[in-house]
Amino acid sequence: MSGAALVSARHLGKTYQLGEQSLRALDDVSFDVQPGEFVAIMGPSGSGKSTLMNLVGALDTPSSGQLAIDGADVGAMDADQLADLRNRTIGFVFQQFNLLRRTSALENVKLPLLYSRQRPADPDAAARAALELVGLGERLHHQPAQLSGGQQQRVAIARALVNRPRLVLADEPTGALDSQTSAEIMALLERLNAEGLTVILVTHEPDVAAHARRLLRVKDGRLVEDRTVVASR
Amino acid sequence: MSFKVLLEFTKVALVALRLNKLRSALTALGIIIGVASVIAMQAIGNGATQALQRQISALGTSVLNAMPTSMMVGGRRMGAPPFSEKDMRELREQLPGIAAMSGLLNGQVTAVNGAVNWNTTASGIHAEYFDVRPWALESGRYFTEDENIEGAKVAILGRTVVSEMFEPGTDPLGAVIRINNIPFEVIGTLTLRGQSGNNDPDDVIFVPLSTARSRLVGRNFATVPDAAGQLAIRIDEAYSLPEVQAQLVTILRKLRRIKPGQDDTFSIRNFAELLQTRNEQQKTLRWLLAVTAAMSLLVGGIGIMNIMLVSVTERTREIGLRMAVGARGRDVLAQFLIEAVLLCLAGGIVGLALGVGVTAVVSHLAGWKVSIGAGTVALAILASASVGILFGFVPARRAARLNPIEALRHE
Repeated sequence: MSGAALVSARHLGKTYQLGEQSLRALDDVSFDVQPGEFVAIMGPSGSGKSTLMNLVGALDTPSSGQLAIDGADVGAMDADQLADLRNRTIGFVFQQFNLLRRTSALENVKLPLLYSRQRPADPDAAARAALELVGLGERLHHQPAQLSGGQQQRVAIARALVNRPRLVLADEPTGALDSQTSAEIMALLERLNAEGLTVILVTHEPDVAAHARRLLRVKDGRLVEDRTVVASR
Repeated sequence: MSFKVLLEFTKVALVALRLNKLRSALTALGIIIGVASVIAMQAIGNGATQALQRQISALGTSVLNAMPTSMMVGGRRMGAPPFSEKDMRELREQLPGIAAMSGLLNGQVTAVNGAVNWNTTASGIHAEYFDVRPWALESGRYFTEDENIEGAKVAILGRTVVSEMFEPGTDPLGAVIRINNIPFEVIGTLTLRGQSGNNDPDDVIFVPLSTARSRLVGRNFATVPDAAGQLAIRIDEAYSLPEVQAQLVTILRKLRRIKPGQDDTFSIRNFAELLQTRNEQQKTLRWLLAVTAAMSLLVGGIGIMNIMLVSVTERTREIGLRMAVGARGRDVLAQFLIEAVLLCLAGGIVGLALGVGVTAVVSHLAGWKVSIGAGTVALAILASASVGILFGFVPARRAARLNPIEALRHE
């Protein structure tokens, strides 16, 4: 275990209580993610990969084991501390983009800054810079309905980047896109990774996972595979 | 939470409200009506109280009115005789504390000015009458006691009589009108007293009492040659009104030769008591209005709560997203509370305008002078903001307590 690991999971477990029954969604999962890595988490639906992503995204706390994100123990945090951790350290990209309707791209990207403890002096400039980074510098004032699916996902990525997070967590980022657009979005994530951003990708598509440098495969709540991918890029 | 963050949240709330313009407007309608009724209630209640206060000072709180009622004569009930000039002389000697006293001999008359006929009340009074019940002159003068004694044919007109009998713009002073076919010179006109209930106090002609007795209404009081009708007595402030009233009853019973055990053949009205009663009635009315206003605010508040709950459900995914990018529970709470308060404040401001309008119409119709002060405006703002906080809290807390994972998955 490296002290500098961005994500450090040790014997991670998550149990859901469904009435009388308890469901063990995640069981004894251990791994580290170092800064600058590009990791894909794969697995069929119901395998526990969504649970794992919720934990790594600090949306939920583990039932057993330890999880540290950027050196902070997630299991010991209350709801407000989790919110701050998400705001400061993690950027989310969702399958359905989750943009605010009838709100300009710029305003959508500024959303995380609204909840930030260290707001930049010029939020507009920070949001504009993030949109330029994803190639949407010309679409600042378009609303989601006026943008294509790929452009909407770029706005969502810009929103994930605006607070300069250490980690971007992408949950099926291409699930709602055609293959051409998917390739563009993956190329964008690869470029951001090449510039030093840590990216964790959750997907069930091997094509998408192939863009990552490392593959974590989850099955029945357990980590069944952890291998480095020799990328062809 | 800093002012800057509050401002940002306000902007977010405004965007959300604008997205559902019609819904926001309809929801605010409850508050609009509620606040409007609070304002109107407040202003109209104040107006009514002020009008009552003016009436009190116009009638005088230390005035006793004695009027003949009825008596039993040989098993038959008949009208009691009026009071007389002799009674008045006796009272002046026996009753302490009289500041001013006048008889009041009323009768229905027909007044004619050129081609205009007008049926009205003629009130025969002593010169002291206007000292008992002050009534300012619009123009001209009062008559003197000497004029009363010599039976001068002079008249002082109430505002209604002036407006009914004279063309607008003509000066009634010096004009000669015929009352029951007897010419009278108009020497004064009175200021407007204003309608109170069904009777119009301005529909009156005041003439000297002796003139009224000998020329206008004396026939009605033929059994009492020196009839003075009713008595209006103002009591010196230094004397206790109830004590003087009791003495007055004793003296009048003696003067009218009423045996012990027999009923009075007169009644004494004390305006302070009368107005006390009306004040109590008005208090009840104000309570009723206040309860009505509170009820409409309550209904408006429930409307707000309802629509905010719907809004939280509709925007569950948005709330989940906000939480995912770092919104804490209190941020979400603040956002929805601000939204509810803004909605209520907007309703409050429109309601304030509506309430002012309603008040203006009502006070115009009732002839009251009503002013809406800063206190009323503050009341409207405060009432609507409190409704927003009170009824916005439950939906806002529900939003704040959402689980981000489930909220994000919500369809």
